Amino acid sequence: MTVNVAEVSNVESATGGSARSGRRRAGSGRRSWIKSSVFHIFSLAVLVVILYPALWMVMSSFKPSNQIIGSVNLIPGHGTFDNYVKAFQGIGGVSFWTFLLNSLGLAVLSVVGVTLSCSITAYAFSRIRFPGRGVFFACMITTMLLPFHVVIIPQYIMFNQLGMINTWWPLLLGKFLAADAFFVFLMIQFIRGLPRELDEAARIDGAGHARIFWSVILPLMKPALVTSAIFAFIWSWNDFFGPLLYLKTPDSYTMPLALRLYVDQTSTSDYGAQTAMAILALLPVVLFFLAFQRHLVEGVATQGLKG
Amino acid sequence: MMTVQVAPGAQNVAPRRRATRRRRDTRAGYIFLSPWLIGFFVLTAGPMVASLVLSFTNYDLFSTPSLVGFANYTRLWTDSNYLQAVKVTVLYVVIGAPLKLIVALAVAVLLNSARGGSGFYRSGFYLPSLIGGSVSIAIIWKAMFIDNGVVASIGSFFGGPPAESGGWVGNPSMTLPMLILLTVWQFGAPMVIFLAGLKQVPTELLEAASVDGAGRVRRFIRVTLPMISPVLFFNLLLELIHAFQVFNSAFIISNGTGGPVRSTLFYTLYLYQRGFQSFQMGYASAMAWVLLIVVGLVTFMLFRTSKAWVHYAGDEK
Repeated sequence: MTVNVAEVSNVESATGGSARSGRRRAGSGRRSWIKSSVFHIFSLAVLVVILYPALWMVMSSFKPSNQIIGSVNLIPGHGTFDNYVKAFQGIGGVSFWTFLLNSLGLAVLSVVGVTLSCSITAYAFSRIRFPGRGVFFACMITTMLLPFHVVIIPQYIMFNQLGMINTWWPLLLGKFLAADAFFVFLMIQFIRGLPRELDEAARIDGAGHARIFWSVILPLMKPALVTSAIFAFIWSWNDFFGPLLYLKTPDSYTMPLALRLYVDQTSTSDYGAQTAMAILALLPVVLFFLAFQRHLVEGVATQGLKG
Repeated sequence: MMTVQVAPGAQNVAPRRRATRRRRDTRAGYIFLSPWLIGFFVLTAGPMVASLVLSFTNYDLFSTPSLVGFANYTRLWTDSNYLQAVKVTVLYVVIGAPLKLIVALAVAVLLNSARGGSGFYRSGFYLPSLIGGSVSIAIIWKAMFIDNGVVASIGSFFGGPPAESGGWVGNPSMTLPMLILLTVWQFGAPMVIFLAGLKQVPTELLEAASVDGAGRVRRFIRVTLPMISPVLFFNLLLELIHAFQVFNSAFIISNGTGGPVRSTLFYTLYLYQRGFQSFQMGYASAMAWVLLIVVGLVTFMLFRTSKAWVHYAGDEK
């Protein structure tokens, strides 16, 4: 149901609504000040509750191991870096830096794959007219809603037969083949917003699609590329299921897998080292958040990308 | 004379040029689309068909698959672990997703009421969405909800059970609430989407309704809610589909077992156990297809009912 604006404004003038709103304006200075402080106090309170687990995690990493559990207090009694020293020693005979490099390598290659393959795909869907485009577009949209469980078992069998278990292939192939439809969709939306006259001008100058894509569209879609790159990095970095399936030996583990190994192998009382390791595994994500929060939030707002 | 001779030629050139361009476009289109096409057939469509076929077989990855007909599907209804997984997952979806959306909408309305300075809070509230699905947070969550942990201490302070036994992690009736809290904690992403929707609600409409005597609540229900219903629909669809597929948190918190007493045996966790721990690939494929059909039905029903409650600007009557 919708409200008929014209009708309502007639009613307003008839009942002297304008006088009421005039009165409201007179007292608005003080009232809005009170209103805004109430807003800030309330929002801050919610923010503290929401971020408490994150704060607790950070502060706990500087507490001695036996003082972490059950301590509601955020400030460590006597701070220590022991937990980090222990975390940096690695686990299972594998250095911390190996895990870090594995995660970093996969994330960087994911970013390269996603930005390349998804931008090419998005260009085809939004700027080239060819038979079958509509059908494939519908297929692409459908893959966004598909639970990935219907494909992982045959994929695993396939990669197993190709001898690719314990390599990066199963984790990266999809990134280079534009399998992340969310990014393709994001880029299509962006390209659709670019004026078509640019393409036409380049075409009249004799440019083919490869030229138009590379020197006209690609440079203009930088914001969409940046947003995709940030999310591709974070998703790859946080990915647990893929590495759990395909990476089998500790020297190929990524940070989340190493973290799980840590929880399994250290005695349950050693919460300090676990917490420090958990922080180190999240650090790049948080740094990305601090550096690109506007991009991230805008990406979610306009495209509904999940965090 | 000259013009008469040229004219027919020119008329022929244009369609021919258009045909060449169309041919070139088709070729370019398929060249540009080829990475996605290969990915689609090799990584999505092919495996989908393969898992459907596999679901009618028994296959352990090493011996040749043997056809068993519908045996895997009929076995599902007698497998108490499977039924438990369905129960846990449905509870999680039905309680978790709406709760998360209600919190997201409430906070979005709060932030939208501010004149300025809400960007800071928006980013702060969004942070859990970014990190909440990670192994790190699952570990921290577990540490907070364990016996003698922070939550147990706070609980006993407010008259709950003693902290030594007040942990949620080991208590089968509390693990699901704990995991639902973890997903509600990540309300930031839908909140940001709601905020974008709320910004689109025309203020004249709200003012008009208020002049008309509509109170705050009535205004929200009669004006704001219909105006943001497309966003609500989008969020609901996304959250439901994601909730069906929850895995990481349950896996970490129960150490892959789905315990205590199968209370965190989520659908995908059980599928993982069957497929990749006991290598019953056929049975796991049948589970995957049932999940696909259920998610498909939920999506279909959402789209069907959306005609009744989702209002798009422009089709008012």
